[in-house]
Amino acid sequence: MTVSSPDTTQELQLLTERLPGESAARIEAAADGFLEVTTDRVHLMEVLRTLRDDPDLDCNLLLDVCGVDYPDREQRFEVVYHLRSLEKDHQLRVKVPLGQDDPAVPSAYGLWKAADWFERETWDLVGIRFDGHPNLRRLLTHEAFQGHALRKDYDPGQRWILTEAETMVPTWVEETPEDEDHFETQILNIGPSHPATHGTLRTVVRLDGEVITKAESEIGYLHRCFEKMSETHGWNQVIPYTDRLNYCSSMINGVGFALGVEHMLGIEAPPRAQVVRLILSEFSRLMDHAVCLGAYLVDVGALTNFWYFFQPREEIYGLLESCAGGRLTISYARVGGLAADVPADFERQVRYLLDYIPKFVDDVETLITTNRIFRQRTEGVGAISAEEAIAWGWTGPCLRAAGVPYDVRRARPYLGYEDYEFDVPIATTGDCYARYLVRIEEMRQSLRIIRQAIDNLPDGPVITDNHHAALPPKSKVYSEMEALIWHFKLIYEGIQVPAGDAYTATEGANGELGYYLVSDGGGRPYRVKVRPPCFPIMQTYPHLLEGHMVADSIAILSSFNIIAGELDR
Amino acid sequence: MNNVSTVNVDRPKQTLGERIYLGSIVKGLWVTLRHFLRNLFGQRDIATIQYPEVRREYSERLRGRHILTTKEDGSLRCVACYMCETACPADCIHIVAEEDPEATVEWEKIAKVYEIDLLRCVFCGYCVDACPKEAIIMSRVHDFSFANRRQAVVGIEELRQKGPIEDEDLGYRPYY
Repeated sequence: MTVSSPDTTQELQLLTERLPGESAARIEAAADGFLEVTTDRVHLMEVLRTLRDDPDLDCNLLLDVCGVDYPDREQRFEVVYHLRSLEKDHQLRVKVPLGQDDPAVPSAYGLWKAADWFERETWDLVGIRFDGHPNLRRLLTHEAFQGHALRKDYDPGQRWILTEAETMVPTWVEETPEDEDHFETQILNIGPSHPATHGTLRTVVRLDGEVITKAESEIGYLHRCFEKMSETHGWNQVIPYTDRLNYCSSMINGVGFALGVEHMLGIEAPPRAQVVRLILSEFSRLMDHAVCLGAYLVDVGALTNFWYFFQPREEIYGLLESCAGGRLTISYARVGGLAADVPADFERQVRYLLDYIPKFVDDVETLITTNRIFRQRTEGVGAISAEEAIAWGWTGPCLRAAGVPYDVRRARPYLGYEDYEFDVPIATTGDCYARYLVRIEEMRQSLRIIRQAIDNLPDGPVITDNHHAALPPKSKVYSEMEALIWHFKLIYEGIQVPAGDAYTATEGANGELGYYLVSDGGGRPYRVKVRPPCFPIMQTYPHLLEGHMVADSIAILSSFNIIAGELDR
Repeated sequence: MNNVSTVNVDRPKQTLGERIYLGSIVKGLWVTLRHFLRNLFGQRDIATIQYPEVRREYSERLRGRHILTTKEDGSLRCVACYMCETACPADCIHIVAEEDPEATVEWEKIAKVYEIDLLRCVFCGYCVDACPKEAIIMSRVHDFSFANRRQAVVGIEELRQKGPIEDEDLGYRPYY
């Protein structure tokens, strides 16, 4: 199975006990391993609080909040919360149906800080109001934008011509807390176009001398409504779009999406495809960490490492190009397997890279790890505790740097990760230096995984022969009537994914990359919701800045590895 | 989560030598000097490619500008079935079909207009995968420029294969 579905009867019983009948209308086990609780907005807070505070349920990580529009239903909207317990290892989905008039629910910000931006995004794109949210403004679209783009009655071709300039000025800008101790207050814009933001992000900070006393981030400059565009294309056609989420490791995005659709179809890619996906995903992770660390070190003043990391990255792009035909946006994954088999010299190329990469990592380690300047620049800077990081919804290397050994590859193995030996690197300090150390170690662990995988690369096809999902081979299309009919049906009607919904998680380079897919049984996704791993990390950024120097803000931002493509979607 | 094998990478203790910093300077200089000397005397390690005079050797699968293949008599293989237009995630292909006047079979279609907007195209290769006639394949030509947007919409004449197919710089195409 691509997604493990453990026996949930016990947890289901526990949940029924703890949530009294009147608060939860329906409790059931979904096919994707989630326990599904349906409630109403009156009882929502009670349910969420029980889920978080009950020691047996202990859902400490809020993964995602999103809204889905079902115009044909009596209760038109549905707010969906995804929760996970890191200790108890169970996952829950809470659904709240809402009527068309006044779609509003109480805000979960008081329970999980992670809800902050997720709720703003849901308000922005689906138009569901979250009562009690401290700052419910549009997040991804411009504030002059009208309507809510992810509602079904919003035409995907509609254009808004916005003539006003960006006017977001935080309310606290006007307050000048100048007194005899603070007399040098000034407001500074970092970004949107700033070399150290690595993408278009804007952070407004209030300075007292050189210390940041308040900050607020503005995102959405790269927003292209990936989720709406997915609804207008077939399931397979979404894959080129996913390449543009985290464009530093596009393979992982495509594989994650394909795994989600395969799970809904109940099919599995052949073993060879799984191993190739795993190898290229790990190489993508390596590249992503190389870009992150290279840029991070440039930002704190160490240029050489950038070149040392970009050299192996370029070679990995060579490998991806020889497999997929593209370098950055590779579109190699398909539902049911891969677009084409790997080239004949794949194994030789992989082994060459396995020899080639470690010496660059070693060089960077020699230059940086024990470097006193770097350590003084990053130790204790941007530190966060494990509890805080979980409350804000962090996953991935940044969470592991705070001491939580949570890795989707271990917690919910997919692609057969359970069969590989590797360690999850953790540190305890949660500062910028720890994030550097964790990423360096993850690069070495990725190499270790690839080494095991290439030794056991199975032979066989790379795409399933189930022609409800995958195109038949070209040789058959050219010669056999049956195959040609399948080919036509698949292209014109798309993959018929059974109606339902599923959440699939993969470990992206920045953390948990989740796809919440909803199908109405047609050839196109009804709703695609991405949980971008750097989104919850970025929402913490303005809060972490308070008390730091301006120069530290750059080091903190770079150590997060914010990729605007997946942040803004 | 409790039985995950982890490796702790907490900050190493700083030795006296590292605190003094002089040792680290020498070590760091040695690393950069080694790279410098290797590049100076062993030129094969240089990673920079002197583009455009020197070009990287691209694989057989590189997805570049499209080619519309022709039959032996020079007419397009395309039968205007709209498969590529349907499969295109960027909606950059525009086809108008007409009846083939020279067809031996009744109602055979050919493409009257076949346009690709190369500025919209994302070069994903889905049109090649979708084509049941191997009428559209991709070349390895990936660097081209236009003076205006209209020029980026290329039609049959620009896309048609020039000369024998072996002479084209072939890229992504069906393997079997």
